Amino acid sequence: MWRNIPERYNLLGTHCQTCGKYYFPMRRVCPTCRRKGKLVDAKMPETGKILSYSQVFVAPSGFEHETPYFLAIVELANKATLLTQIVDSKADVVKEGARVELVFRKIYEDSPEGAIAYGYKFRVV
Amino acid sequence: MTRAGIIGYGVSIPHWRIKTTEIARVWGKDGEHVAAGLGVKEKAVGGFDEDSATIAVEASRRAVKMSGIDAQKIGAIYIGSESKPYAVKPTAATVADALMAGPDLMAADYEFACKAGTAGIQTCLGLVKSHMIDVGLAVGADTAQGRPGDALEFSAASGGAAFLVGREKIIAEINHTYSYTTDTPDFWRRQHEEFPMHAGRFTGDPAYFKHVVSCAKKTMEIAGTQASDYAYAVFHQPNGKFPVRAGQILGFSKEQIQTGLITPVIGNTYSGASMIGLAAVLDVAKSGDRILCVSYGSGAGSDGFDLTVTSEIVRHKPVAQVQDLVAKKEYIDYATYIKNRRKLKSL
Ligand SMILES: [Zn+2]
Repeated sequence: MWRNIPERYNLLGTHCQTCGKYYFPMRRVCPTCRRKGKLVDAKMPETGKILSYSQVFVAPSGFEHETPYFLAIVELANKATLLTQIVDSKADVVKEGARVELVFRKIYEDSPEGAIAYGYKFRVV
Repeated sequence: MTRAGIIGYGVSIPHWRIKTTEIARVWGKDGEHVAAGLGVKEKAVGGFDEDSATIAVEASRRAVKMSGIDAQKIGAIYIGSESKPYAVKPTAATVADALMAGPDLMAADYEFACKAGTAGIQTCLGLVKSHMIDVGLAVGADTAQGRPGDALEFSAASGGAAFLVGREKIIAEINHTYSYTTDTPDFWRRQHEEFPMHAGRFTGDPAYFKHVVSCAKKTMEIAGTQASDYAYAVFHQPNGKFPVRAGQILGFSKEQIQTGLITPVIGNTYSGASMIGLAAVLDVAKSGDRILCVSYGSGAGSDGFDLTVTSEIVRHKPVAQVQDLVAKKEYIDYATYIKNRRKLKSL
């Protein structure tokens, strides 16, 4: 898990200098330009908007205590998209088009004794 | 002598609040009476996914943005907390990576009850003044825990503040700092115990007041100042009452203390308390204003700071003002609070 800390902590993704597109998480190959793509690391913007969302009532193992929570596909200001939890936001503000900003939160801890994974979530502005 | 001081700061206060009356309701106490006695109306509670590391990161990111510096310029990070996510694994390293400030920096977690964050400011000041580093980051952050039903439960809150100390573009110069330290067993938490113990009423006179007042007096003596020289005074605030009384003893008016008194509306954020108070003062301070800030940590000690706001303050606006963070809130009930703070053993 510690290998992708730059992605999880700082939204480090990929920019294709050939076609101008941004990707998150990081890519090795540009899906559009294939081998012609010239890829560089790029920090994603910290704001975006909700494209679609759902409220999770039955969570996968490890997240049971967090229900109910919101999962959303967020489009960042540079058009890259990512799947993320939406926190600190009540049901009446979580909607398509809502503006969101990056926060740093606990993502997962496997047990009270185990390691804690931190990373990105978003909240409605 | 090289000038040094605060070049940026940031605060993090969780979104959720619980009212003193709601906690009192569960324990069959008179909530209005408790709130009035403590001078704490409600407290900030971290969400299920927040801990002192996430609060430290949010406050630190805001401090870096405010200062406008490249995080790579940070040469040292010190985190003060008594609610570390790990007993052995530094929060400072997590903050360093979350700021992309590493790997070329000094980093450590500090411990001295509620004054560990201000101890970090002093360390940074020494390193910056001696030119060992250009910029240092000191954070006080806690998700304070009170045993359910204990008096501490009414005030123990979550929040934190981060201060960047540097030599260039100083918004508040630290003219003098002084610490007052004695071995006083007023409050403690033994290894492997989840909740702290305290010596009840003993925590007043021989502990808090003796240290805060002695430290403030000596800091002013060193600075050659008196209470009337200060626009603002900020004291550690375990409740809404102690700092007001400390101020009265020292000759400060209510107006000098009011701006930095945040505990009544967010609770006692422990390591964050005096630092959030200082941030609230800097949010509104003007060039030339003099500020006295005195922290307190059980065990026991106080760190005093004599600061002067510079003209640079108009060029650096905080990312989030303390009063805006205080106002942005939603209330939760006691059951949600217990779940969020993981006081149920099965969580
Ligand atoms: Zn491409």
